[in-house]
Amino acid sequence: MRLVTSTKFTFLTLLALSMLALTPDAYATDSATRASEFKLENGMDVVVIPDHRAPVVTHMVWYKVGSADEVRGKSGIAHFLEHLMFKSTDKIPVGEFSKIVSRLGGQDNAFTGHDTTAYFQRVAKDRLGKMMEMEADRMVHLRLDEKEVLTERDVILEERRSRIDNNPSALLDEQMNAALYLNDPYGTPVIGWYHEMAQLTRQDALNFYKHYYAPNNAILVVSGDVTPDEVKKLAEATYGKIPANPEVSSVRKRPSEPPPIAARRLELKDPRAGNFSMQRYYLAPSYVTAKPGEAEALDLLMKIAGSGTTSRIYKKLVVESKLASSAGGDYSGSGLDGGTISLYAVAADGVPLPKVEAAIDDVLADIVKNGVTDAELARAKRSYLADYVYESDNQATLARRYGWNMAVGRTVAEIEGWPDAISKVTADEVKKAAGKYLNMRASVTGYLVPDESGVAQADDLPSPSPNGVLR
Amino acid sequence: MLSLPRGIATVARAVARFNVAAALVILTSLSLSSLSRPAEAMNIKQIQSPGGIKAWLVEEHSVPLISLKYAFDGGNSQDPKGKAGVANFITAMMDEGAGDLKSEDYQERMEDLAMRMSYDDTKDSLYGSFETLTANRDKAVELLKLSVQHPRFDQDAIERIRKQLIANLVYAAKDPGKVAMRGWYAQAFAGHPYARPSAGTVDTVSKITRDDLLDYHKRIFARDNLKVVAVGDITPDELGKLIDNVFGALPAKADLFPVPKVEPVLGGSQRVIEMGVPQSVAVFGLGAMPRMDPDFMTAFVVNHILGGGGFSAKLMEEVREKRGLAYSVYTYIQPDRYTSILVGSVATKNASMAESLDIIRKEMKKMAENGPTQADLDAAKSYLTGSYALRFDTNSKIASQLLGLMQEGFGPDYVETRNKKIEAITLADAKRVAARLLKPENLIVTVVGKPAGMKSVIPAALRPVTAPTRG
Repeated sequence: MRLVTSTKFTFLTLLALSMLALTPDAYATDSATRASEFKLENGMDVVVIPDHRAPVVTHMVWYKVGSADEVRGKSGIAHFLEHLMFKSTDKIPVGEFSKIVSRLGGQDNAFTGHDTTAYFQRVAKDRLGKMMEMEADRMVHLRLDEKEVLTERDVILEERRSRIDNNPSALLDEQMNAALYLNDPYGTPVIGWYHEMAQLTRQDALNFYKHYYAPNNAILVVSGDVTPDEVKKLAEATYGKIPANPEVSSVRKRPSEPPPIAARRLELKDPRAGNFSMQRYYLAPSYVTAKPGEAEALDLLMKIAGSGTTSRIYKKLVVESKLASSAGGDYSGSGLDGGTISLYAVAADGVPLPKVEAAIDDVLADIVKNGVTDAELARAKRSYLADYVYESDNQATLARRYGWNMAVGRTVAEIEGWPDAISKVTADEVKKAAGKYLNMRASVTGYLVPDESGVAQADDLPSPSPNGVLR
Repeated sequence: MLSLPRGIATVARAVARFNVAAALVILTSLSLSSLSRPAEAMNIKQIQSPGGIKAWLVEEHSVPLISLKYAFDGGNSQDPKGKAGVANFITAMMDEGAGDLKSEDYQERMEDLAMRMSYDDTKDSLYGSFETLTANRDKAVELLKLSVQHPRFDQDAIERIRKQLIANLVYAAKDPGKVAMRGWYAQAFAGHPYARPSAGTVDTVSKITRDDLLDYHKRIFARDNLKVVAVGDITPDELGKLIDNVFGALPAKADLFPVPKVEPVLGGSQRVIEMGVPQSVAVFGLGAMPRMDPDFMTAFVVNHILGGGGFSAKLMEEVREKRGLAYSVYTYIQPDRYTSILVGSVATKNASMAESLDIIRKEMKKMAENGPTQADLDAAKSYLTGSYALRFDTNSKIASQLLGLMQEGFGPDYVETRNKKIEAITLADAKRVAARLLKPENLIVTVVGKPAGMKSVIPAALRPVTAPTRG
């Protein structure tokens, strides 16, 4: 086929494409890779994903640290530090980082998760060197002024109000995670608990920064109109000059979960709930912690059980029995400590939530008992492989795919082997994964119930820090 | 999948430094449709199908994907009186069965072909997006054609979707940001179709019938109000045939209700809608220059400096960076077909809303009286011209940008002239246009929450203006 002669389109995508045409089982493994990978002398990992269609690049630095690495009692410090990283360095005056990027025609931002913290810029390719210079600079030369820190603390408290406190679904999610994880820090919200966020200090941020922000704890990902050689040269001249921090361990060890023995249940009554809805989360392994093929089987299981209008849950609850106005489920396997299976449903008018929940449980019980059909499995595989191809259209998406996975310790070979691994999963493996992980003892179920008479619990939140109110 | 966490279970897992939703609003509302890729790198062909339908094409054979984006003039301002929400309803019905294929069969077929199809409505347009892998092109196109020409609108599918739409409306009614935006439009455009909630209300959506959907489809899906853009692995001849195949059998002429031109009411007002949330959300705005006004581009740049430019903008500087009052504050200019507005939003704890709005008014006034500085203008121009390429690095983004240009009546040459137009803006232009644009006395403000010390102030003299008076 003519595509094979294309120089621009990546071999890996071709591979995924050709797999779409074949039956999954007929597909043979190939070791072809798309991304180039190397290490700087100070231990910083580098991944380059060329895409020469437009003269732009996405430049990301991923730190192998997230909110789950915080000291207990300091929740939110990883994300707070991420904000403070935009303040100033010895070379860059307060608040200028983003303005410089902007003047260079670039866009920048950053985000924090439980396992990783990432900073990125999207910019014309000839500005890449400058971005790397600036990012390397703030990796070790951050300067924090007391007043700036307090002002920014008010910003993250507002951010918490926007994301969580103003939104009952987000509050329920937070409560459910806290109940699901008995020991693992995944039970603490990334943004932090309000009362702890309000007490975070400049010194807390600096302690975290000095320990974790170092080249040997970071991954550089560049995608777009660039070659590995170009990136290597620039990286050596910038990040390469920063000494490694021997204090930061390459082994990331967090408190782990005891065996789960009791299903947990929660109900959040909130006048702002709107509809009656339910969610359930189960502990499951992630791509990092699962046995080979298990995470892939879970991805396929939840695609078949709960993703979109062709899924079993949607068909049963929304189309046939009409107990729910919408319903579905998902598997998230991106975590370092583990993954989750999640389910949700919004009850149809007047249908009690226990009835909705029971109907979902029936669907799951059927899969546990009888497994999935070959046709369902083939469709789910095709769908994932197509997603993989479509995602290759977007360099920023690719950069995130590699960065996130490498930040939790997965390799380029594992990332690029994903389509192959998906295509190899059998119906029996999906059935086994369902039987093993749809385990109520490892779950939390949450109901969100409109409370027309009640007082918004939001009113009971602690008062904001004095720094904000008085000005 | 193995990239970013997704799904309802992971809502709060990754927390970004800057509100992604706000960033999206800012990006998508750059209806300058700024072509970002250097013109020479992107060969835009204007084609006409054998059946006479005009389209633009960018051939990109290095990726075996085709992205087709199309728009019918119409949108939700064409909803019949008392039936607000018809256009939105249609967008949810287009994959619910067509021709002989019932909903479930249609959706399974889509998945089998790894085809992506979605619809979206704005005030003035109904947008369609279709993506296929080259390998499946012919079959996917047949499926698209079926949906465009013969959607089934089966009663059971209608009832199912109705429930979902109503559940969404019930949620939206408790979401302070959405309530504020809806309230703002109702206030600004009282008596005009733009004042109606785009997705309707529980009441109107409950009343929409199958005939309403069929009638809307017949009126809006026509050839003379259709614009088409394709990007990807397809030749001009192939595209011409594809377009005739999909759209050729539609009626020659659309049957659109006349929509009068309108400006937001003058005189300024402040409306407080009580809601029990810890953080109030305000939407504020006033009239702006229409897209074809010679000052539009300058207004766009002025807005960038005031509130559109993220961390470079004055409002972000004053409200967030200096005072920590909000996580998100921004403005954008949205030139709709029959009006043009500058709108913004800020979210802050109830105690700080009055102060935040005062600062915003003050900054508007300052900008109106003094204009930006030369440094502000230079920085804005530098960003807007330099970031050109970033909106053009995927097939799908290119298609969206070009479709916007076509709709606004520009030719492909806009690509080459756009940056020059921005470069040509002088400080005197910017000062003059800032004064013309920013009239804080006309600011319409809607606040949702329990903002301390604020109450509704709506002058009796407020009048809707139905003819353009702005020079």
